[in-house]
Amino acid sequence: MSIDLKTVKHISKLARISIDDEKANKLKVDLNNIFEFIEKLNELNTDNVQALTSIAETTLRFRKDEIKSENIREKILKNSPEENKDFFVVPKVVE
Amino acid sequence: MSDITSQSLFELTSNIKEKKLSSEEITKAFINRAEKSKKLNVYVTDNFEKAIDQSKKFDSNPNLDFKLPGIPIAVKDLFCTNGVRTTAGSKILNNFVPAYESTVTQNLWSQGAILLGKLNCDEFAMGSSNETSFFGNVQNPVGENLVPGGSSGGSSAAVAANLTPVTIGTDTGGSIRQPASFTGTVGLKPTYGSCSRYGIVAFASSLDQAGPMTKNVKDCSMLLEVISSFDQKDSTSIDYKRNNYSKELSKDIKGKKIGIPKEYRVDNMPDEIEQLWKNGISYAKDCGAEIIDISLPHTNYALPTYYIVAPAEASSNLARYDGVKYGFRSPGQNLIEMYEKTRSEGFGDEVKRRIMIGTYVLSSGYYDAYYLKAQKVRQLIKKDFDNAFSKVDAILTPSTPSSAFKIGEKTNDPVSMYLNDIFTVPINLAGLPGISIPAGKDKNNYPLGLQVIGKPFDEQNILNISYALEDKINFKNDISDWWLSE
Repeated sequence: MSIDLKTVKHISKLARISIDDEKANKLKVDLNNIFEFIEKLNELNTDNVQALTSIAETTLRFRKDEIKSENIREKILKNSPEENKDFFVVPKVVE
Repeated sequence: MSDITSQSLFELTSNIKEKKLSSEEITKAFINRAEKSKKLNVYVTDNFEKAIDQSKKFDSNPNLDFKLPGIPIAVKDLFCTNGVRTTAGSKILNNFVPAYESTVTQNLWSQGAILLGKLNCDEFAMGSSNETSFFGNVQNPVGENLVPGGSSGGSSAAVAANLTPVTIGTDTGGSIRQPASFTGTVGLKPTYGSCSRYGIVAFASSLDQAGPMTKNVKDCSMLLEVISSFDQKDSTSIDYKRNNYSKELSKDIKGKKIGIPKEYRVDNMPDEIEQLWKNGISYAKDCGAEIIDISLPHTNYALPTYYIVAPAEASSNLARYDGVKYGFRSPGQNLIEMYEKTRSEGFGDEVKRRIMIGTYVLSSGYYDAYYLKAQKVRQLIKKDFDNAFSKVDAILTPSTPSSAFKIGEKTNDPVSMYLNDIFTVPINLAGLPGISIPAGKDKNNYPLGLQVIGKPFDEQNILNISYALEDKINFKNDISDWWLSE
């Protein structure tokens, strides 16, 4: 199976990464090489194998729902590319 | 007394405890050497001024019960450090200053250590040569224009070049052990669940582990003892009794059963590596260990499995970098365009490639064929190890299929770059502990490592085997300081 340019552009849309045609063509070649390598897995019959979903085999713990962290709102907002008082700012979404 | 920066962690802590050296003297010695070592490009961000202040503070009222009393330590720039910029080697986090501390680094400071600075690494830990970092490649102190391995390349170079006594890296598919092997240093990836992942910039959450990178096995046991802890803040952290690794360190490995897997011989593997492996086997026998041939039949499927599982998890983890709450933003006409431009300009090529692979294998119609298939094969790989460990106590293999290569040699061929991790990736997939120790050199005089793999939570055993082998191997790095400037 090979990945065509249309698929590359579709994946880039899903991943929210814009790419131009030149980059898309280069990525197409790389992805096809990588998937050719990955498809070695098809040699194996895994019909009766249970998928491994957790390596640690632990059950999730419960804990009390308590606030433990200090108020770091200002420090958090300081990292945002654009802020307005207590809000993160993004381009207008509602017309 | 030998030069301060060339001393081991054990020597430095002893000298502080015996009041032969002060924390300030040690801290200044490492800073002074770093100022002359800019050519190696190991630092992304330094913390030198604050480190000197903290060392003076330590000396004014030294607590000598600490395990790392006043010891300056630089760490991989993948650990969030409260108030100190944390980039993960990426443009997208170029100006990110965390408001919290990772548990593993907090464990260092709680035992008296002092942050020297943040070390270069592959972008989001995705790479095997440190060449994907936004902050440029790192030089391997072993030789000019040689990669230090990756992704913890700044870390391995810093330890080998005596720029930090010890460091901590992270290992998702070999990112501690491969760079350790390339620089003639020791690197240990603990059992999944041993060291907390809280505050580590996430790459592939079911594989990521932090671990020590040091000059020798004893230092490695001392550092593991500090960083390994149960942590409520990491839901996959495991609550079990950890050893006093340094106290229980022993060269007595008499009667230990060590497995040699036949599948770890690959095409085009240099003769020196085969020879190194044979030497390791005979040293283990000399120490009284029993050598047993074993088979790990699904070894060849580990890398293809990894290149589905790791990118799938990465594509989810890296969805948070959207230019809204932190990091780099590229302006757009609307929200979607802003996301797409931010991620296109903020991520480097390798990271984008892996996000694309991950997005594809998780996308509708391909999930069963790729992701589910990989999770099933991962089960088979784990079962291989379960079977082997019913017969042996540990497994001995080479760490890498080659020594360090030239900068730029593999950057245009992702698959050949991925093959670097062929001996290290299976261990992450199975969640096991593994350590790489320097074991010899190739014809170019570049270091080569051997890997000891253990049962889950059996770090003490692989440390002891490594300690015994280290003694027999008696490796000397002979680094010439070629990069030093006045």
